[in-house]
Amino acid sequence: MHEEIIVAGFGGQGVIMAGKLLCVAAMNENKYVSHIPSYGAEMRGGTANCSVVISDKEISSPTVPKPSIAIVMNAPSLAKFEPRVKPGGLLIYNSSLIDQKPKRTDITTVGIKANDISEAEGSLRAANMAAIGKLQALKPEIASLDSVIKALDVVISARNRKHNDTNIKVLKKANS
Amino acid sequence: MNEKILMKGNEALGEAAIIAGCRFYFGYPITPQNEVPAYMSRRLPQEGGTFLQAESELAAINMVYGASAAGARVMTSSSSPGISLKQEGLSYIAGAELPCVVVNIMRGGPGLGNIAGSQGDYFQSTRGGGNGDYRQLVLTPATVQEMADLTVLAFDLADEYRIAVLILGDGYLGQISEALVLPKPTGKVFEKPWALTGAKGRKPNKVASLRLVPETSLEELNLVLDEKYKKISAKECRSESYLTEDADYLLVAYGTSSRICREAVNELREEGIKAGLFRLITAWPFPAEALRIASAKAKKILTVEMSLGQMIEDVKLSVKDPERVDFYGRSGGMLPETDEIKRRIKAYGN
Repeated sequence: MHEEIIVAGFGGQGVIMAGKLLCVAAMNENKYVSHIPSYGAEMRGGTANCSVVISDKEISSPTVPKPSIAIVMNAPSLAKFEPRVKPGGLLIYNSSLIDQKPKRTDITTVGIKANDISEAEGSLRAANMAAIGKLQALKPEIASLDSVIKALDVVISARNRKHNDTNIKVLKKANS
Repeated sequence: MNEKILMKGNEALGEAAIIAGCRFYFGYPITPQNEVPAYMSRRLPQEGGTFLQAESELAAINMVYGASAAGARVMTSSSSPGISLKQEGLSYIAGAELPCVVVNIMRGGPGLGNIAGSQGDYFQSTRGGGNGDYRQLVLTPATVQEMADLTVLAFDLADEYRIAVLILGDGYLGQISEALVLPKPTGKVFEKPWALTGAKGRKPNKVASLRLVPETSLEELNLVLDEKYKKISAKECRSESYLTEDADYLLVAYGTSSRICREAVNELREEGIKAGLFRLITAWPFPAEALRIASAKAKKILTVEMSLGQMIEDVKLSVKDPERVDFYGRSGGMLPETDEIKRRIKAYGN
C-alpha cells in the first residue's frame, strides 16, 4: 500500500486536519506517514490543501505532484487538482458545494454530499469528516474506521473535543 | 516503549531543544519557522525556562550571546532574511567562542523573497555570513526525526567546541509532520569554567571578541580558532551514502531535495539503472572524504539543490575528476522533480 493524497478546500473546511487524521490513524497501524500543509500566504483567504503520503514502506519524497487520491471540498480545488490525479486514481468531490461533474474518465470519481451529511447530524463544520468517512470506505487499507475514530482524540484540540460525538456520527454516516 | 507521535518539524525541533537542556530561547517571528517560537513560548515556562520575543533579530542574537556567556544552553531560530540580520551577532559569538544553537528554516530569496522552502542560504551558512575568519558547524536534517535528533546533537557539539551550531532546514522540513520517536537526553556534562557566573572566589572571567592590545593579539585567537576548526573538520563530518557502492550515477543533495533524490534513486534502480545518493548531514565540515569514496565509480555526479547552485562548489572541490559534476536546481521556493532527475540520469546513458 502506497497512497499519495491531496486534501483540498477553502480555509476553515478542515482539510489540513483531515489529512492529519489520516496520518495519525495510519501511523498507529504502523504505516509510514507524512503530511505537508500549504501554509502562510497560501492560506489567507484562498484555498488550503495538504499533501499526505501513507505507505507500507519508508517514505522518500513527501511531495505529492501527482496524487493517487484527491479529496476536493470546493470548486476551485476541483479545478486545481482534477488534472493532476494519476491515471487510475481516485477523486472524491464534495457535491454539496461543487455543481460541476469531474471531466476525467481515466480515474474513479465519487461525489459525496459532505455538507448535507454534516448538517443532517447537526453540525455545519464536519463536512471534512464525511469526506474521510467516504475515503475509508473506498480505501480501507489506509486505516480502519476504528483507527480513524481513535485518532480524533489525538488530532482534535482539547477545546474542540466536545464535538467528537458529531464527528464520529458523520464519519460513520458517510462510511456506510 | 518508544512511542511514535505525529509531530511537525518545527515543533519536533523545539521539543528536542528542551530535551537537550535548552532553557533559554530568544527570537523574532518569521514564516516558515513560527512554530518554533510558538512551541517554545508554551513549553519553556513549563520547564522553568525563559522564552522572550525580542524586539528584533539583532536583539535576539545578542540575547543569545548574553545567555551563552553566562553558561546557559540557549537557542534562537529564524528564516533566511532574519538569519541575515543575525550575522553580526554570529561573528561576535565566533570571536568570543560562545556555544549556541541557531536554526535557519530557509525560505526563498534574495531579499524578503517568499515564504516557501528553499536552500538558498548554503553559501551564507558555510562561508560565514558575518565578518572575519570564522566557521560554524552546520547540520542538515532531512526528516522530522532528524530535526529532533540533530538538535540534541547540536547542543552537545556547541558546548564541546564552544561554537555556534547552525541547524539548516528548509520551509518544507519546518512544516512537514511525520512520525517521531522523541530523542533521549545524552547526559553529557560540559564544564564551563570560562562562563560569567559571578566571580566568587575566583578571578573574573572576560568574554569578548575585541582584541586591540598586543598581549591579547588577535592573530593568537585566529590561530586558536583555526586549530579548533581543523579538529572539527577531522572529527565531525557526517553523511549518508545510499546505494553508492556500485553506483554509475551519483546524486548529491541534502535536506528536502535529498528526499526527492532518494525517490529518484529507488525508481531508477527498479528500472535497472545503478543510481545512488550521497546525502550531507553536515554542510560544514563538508564530508569530502566520504564523498570521494561514494563517487569513486560514478560516471556522472548530479548535484541537486533548491537553489541555482551553491553546494555544487564543495562537491567539485571534493571529488576526483570534477568534470563529472553536473547540476539540477530549482529556486524561488520550487522543488526539484523526481521525473526530471530521472530524465537527466537516463540522458547520461546515451
